[in-house]
Amino acid sequence: MKAVEVTGLTVTLDDGSVIANDVSFSLDTGQVMGLVGESGSGKSTVGLALLGFAKSGANITGGKVVVGGVDLLALGPKELREARKKLIGFVPQDPATALNPAMRIGTQLTEGLLGGKKENLPRIRKVLEDVGLPSDDAFLRRHPQELSGGQQQRVAIAMAVAKGPKLIVFDEPTTGLDVSTQARVLEMVAGLCCDNGMAAVFVSHDLAVVGTVGDLVTVMYAGQILETGSREEVLLSAAHPYSIALLESVPSTRQRLPLVAIPGRAPAAGAKFEGCVFADRCAFVEDRCREAAPEMVTTSTGSQARCIRVEHVLQNQKLLVKEPLHHTENKGGDRQAVLSVRNLNASYNRTQVLYDLSFDVAPGECLAVVGESGSGKTTMSRCLIGLHEEQTGDFEMDGKPLPSRLRDRPKAVKQQMQYVFQNPYGSLNPRETVATAVTVPLRHFYGERGKAARTKAQEALERVEIPWRLADRYPAELSGGQRQRVAIARALACNPSLLICDEVTSGLDVSVQASVVELLRTLQDDGLSMVFITHNLAVVRSIGDQVVVLSKGRVVESGAVESVLTDPQHPYTQGLLADTLEVDRSDAETSDLTG
Amino acid sequence: MIRTRPKEQGDQAPPRTLTHRVLTARQTRLGLIMMLVMIVFALAGPFFAPHSPTAVLAKPYADPGDGLVLGADSLGRDILSRILSGGANLTWMAFAATFIGVTLGTTIGLVAAFKGGIVEALLMRLVDIMLTFPTIIMAILFISMVGPSRVILVVLVAIGLTPGMARVMRGAARPVMRREHVMWARTIGLSSRHILMREVLPSVTSPLMVEIGLRLMWSVVGLASLSFLGFGVQPPASDWGLMVSENKDGLAIQPLAVIIPAVCVALFTIGGNLFAEGAARVIGRTEGTRS
Repeated sequence: MKAVEVTGLTVTLDDGSVIANDVSFSLDTGQVMGLVGESGSGKSTVGLALLGFAKSGANITGGKVVVGGVDLLALGPKELREARKKLIGFVPQDPATALNPAMRIGTQLTEGLLGGKKENLPRIRKVLEDVGLPSDDAFLRRHPQELSGGQQQRVAIAMAVAKGPKLIVFDEPTTGLDVSTQARVLEMVAGLCCDNGMAAVFVSHDLAVVGTVGDLVTVMYAGQILETGSREEVLLSAAHPYSIALLESVPSTRQRLPLVAIPGRAPAAGAKFEGCVFADRCAFVEDRCREAAPEMVTTSTGSQARCIRVEHVLQNQKLLVKEPLHHTENKGGDRQAVLSVRNLNASYNRTQVLYDLSFDVAPGECLAVVGESGSGKTTMSRCLIGLHEEQTGDFEMDGKPLPSRLRDRPKAVKQQMQYVFQNPYGSLNPRETVATAVTVPLRHFYGERGKAARTKAQEALERVEIPWRLADRYPAELSGGQRQRVAIARALACNPSLLICDEVTSGLDVSVQASVVELLRTLQDDGLSMVFITHNLAVVRSIGDQVVVLSKGRVVESGAVESVLTDPQHPYTQGLLADTLEVDRSDAETSDLTG
Repeated sequence: MIRTRPKEQGDQAPPRTLTHRVLTARQTRLGLIMMLVMIVFALAGPFFAPHSPTAVLAKPYADPGDGLVLGADSLGRDILSRILSGGANLTWMAFAATFIGVTLGTTIGLVAAFKGGIVEALLMRLVDIMLTFPTIIMAILFISMVGPSRVILVVLVAIGLTPGMARVMRGAARPVMRREHVMWARTIGLSSRHILMREVLPSVTSPLMVEIGLRLMWSVVGLASLSFLGFGVQPPASDWGLMVSENKDGLAIQPLAVIIPAVCVALFTIGGNLFAEGAARVIGRTEGTRS
């Protein structure tokens, strides 16, 4: 008997739209299935439905979820609670809110177990050791807020594991963690499930994470499973056009690859389809794809895919293998730096966060600044634009000294240096249309109004591939990727010489990230200089010419991207690079992790 | 620095104008209708009064009849005529006081939130000092010194509204100041006026709408209370608050003379409140996913 068997699981919203459609899979004891999909694909909905739970406004309307021989969906409320208690563990995304801040770790861990706190203590200590945490009394007496994010997540995992469930559902447990912590946690999760004979479903938007932790990989899109199979089958020889497109959009730390975005835009949750859900964006689409919804078929590689042209796709996907791009070394030559920073020190509420940063941005080059959370990279970018008050340091722009405070900077500097923010949901005024957002700077810097301003705004929007028909929309009516493009267009309308991008892709899905990265690369080819702040080394590889690695407010390594990422000198960079997960499309060297 | 998880990227609500959405919501429509009916009633009422509101036509507390549809009040004047002409003053004074108070309070609050530092500290301490004065008692004191004047009454009520308004708007504007679109506006050097009017003010409309509703209600009640206490509109002129006070002794004989003016005040304030709250809800929903 399979440990977990899901058949025909369907979740419907109150208004009748289907957000998870006919989801079926099965897991053996000790197997981990990675469930991957972009925003709105229904992956978290399915994760929750495995507990027999749906968020308010949604209902499980069909199917079976059989865990350890019990069909959860056939149970009454009381029995369902009992079954959840015994059979299923759940690890939510954000441990900071999942743990009760008023409860000590020891109490929290024993809370869900049968019997008293005393008799469960030995078991708790064992589980804490399994997840790599101290198990002494001092630790058990701590409160969640006294732990780091990684430790909190380990406690949340320990809570789920302690009762010895048959199935654990992980809902993006590593999304908020740094790469090094993420690597440790994933390693632990894989070992834990195997040793304790638990099946696990690991929901994530990150293909590399899923590829590291999952024995099986299932790809979801628009509420449907499009492809499912072993890790090797799906990641090395993907059969469904969507899986292929998703893999194409993932950047790599090893090679500078051109990233291919998926054309069109992800469907809204609950959108209705005649035929294949991916038909509108598919590179292999033909007329019969739109006629009827395709069935799951077993492919020649062994995976199952929901595509009628699967064999054709498999034969032709070799054509899609990409040639790596070459770094053009020293684009700037010996020309004067666009921006040079010397001895930048900054503090935040009197605590120093940046120590003696010095670097140059050469014309036409992209300087990537990479660091983990707390490394001071956002403070640094705010210093460059002048938004940070507590700072000392010497800036030069095009050889002329640049005042550090925004209010002392001349208007021309404000026009030449443009900033794009991390959060595309906050960087556009929610009460202004796209057209207004782009015409405001035109009017401010060039006094352009009316028709002339609209023509220029149209040009700027066309450069970022936003059609003019979207100009009268409000930001709330655009997708995240579109908003980020509008923010870039607004910066471009100022005709800048330097663009500072603060984590501009970190809030976006990979396929959308790919399109934004490619857009920035074309702008760079047009001669724009850039400072690109990110935590993602793979994105650095795709876009950076020079790189500065920040750790705890200091530059630990800098140089050309090619040499730093191929042959890092500083142990911190080496560690960062080693912990950054890759979607391995050439060989399966990570398999020792999952055992 | 926190890595945000990709959020919903699907289609959002269909592109309709905000005003349209506000006006079609059930609660706002109900509130708006109630308020408009009361405003029309109050402003047009005097023209439909069958008698002069100050003419003594019958015995005190006379029953309905003899051309007096609702009977007579404590001095034998037509109740219907007095009700019809008793709302006009209250309405324009309440609106004027609300407008002045809200404008003043919002300006102080937004400027304090925008400037920060010493400017904010000074403005907010000033507001705190204003808050410590009990408004109604101050108004009574002031009016007993300079005598009742409608303009002074409006100004006093407006000043009473200002400090609370300023506090709420500063509280609402502070998180907006930290938003990226406001920071962006600063990085390209847009003027303070542009930032406050175009970037900040539109983002605080939902608390603003609620506050306008509440403050309007507050000034209607405040003005009616002052009339009731004898510091507002002076007899023999007609006013809903004054009517309650004049006729309260005859409540058992002629209850309509008290109840109808009180209900008028109540309907007015409830309507305004329903509209404000409903509008805030619709606006909040439209702004959508932002955390």
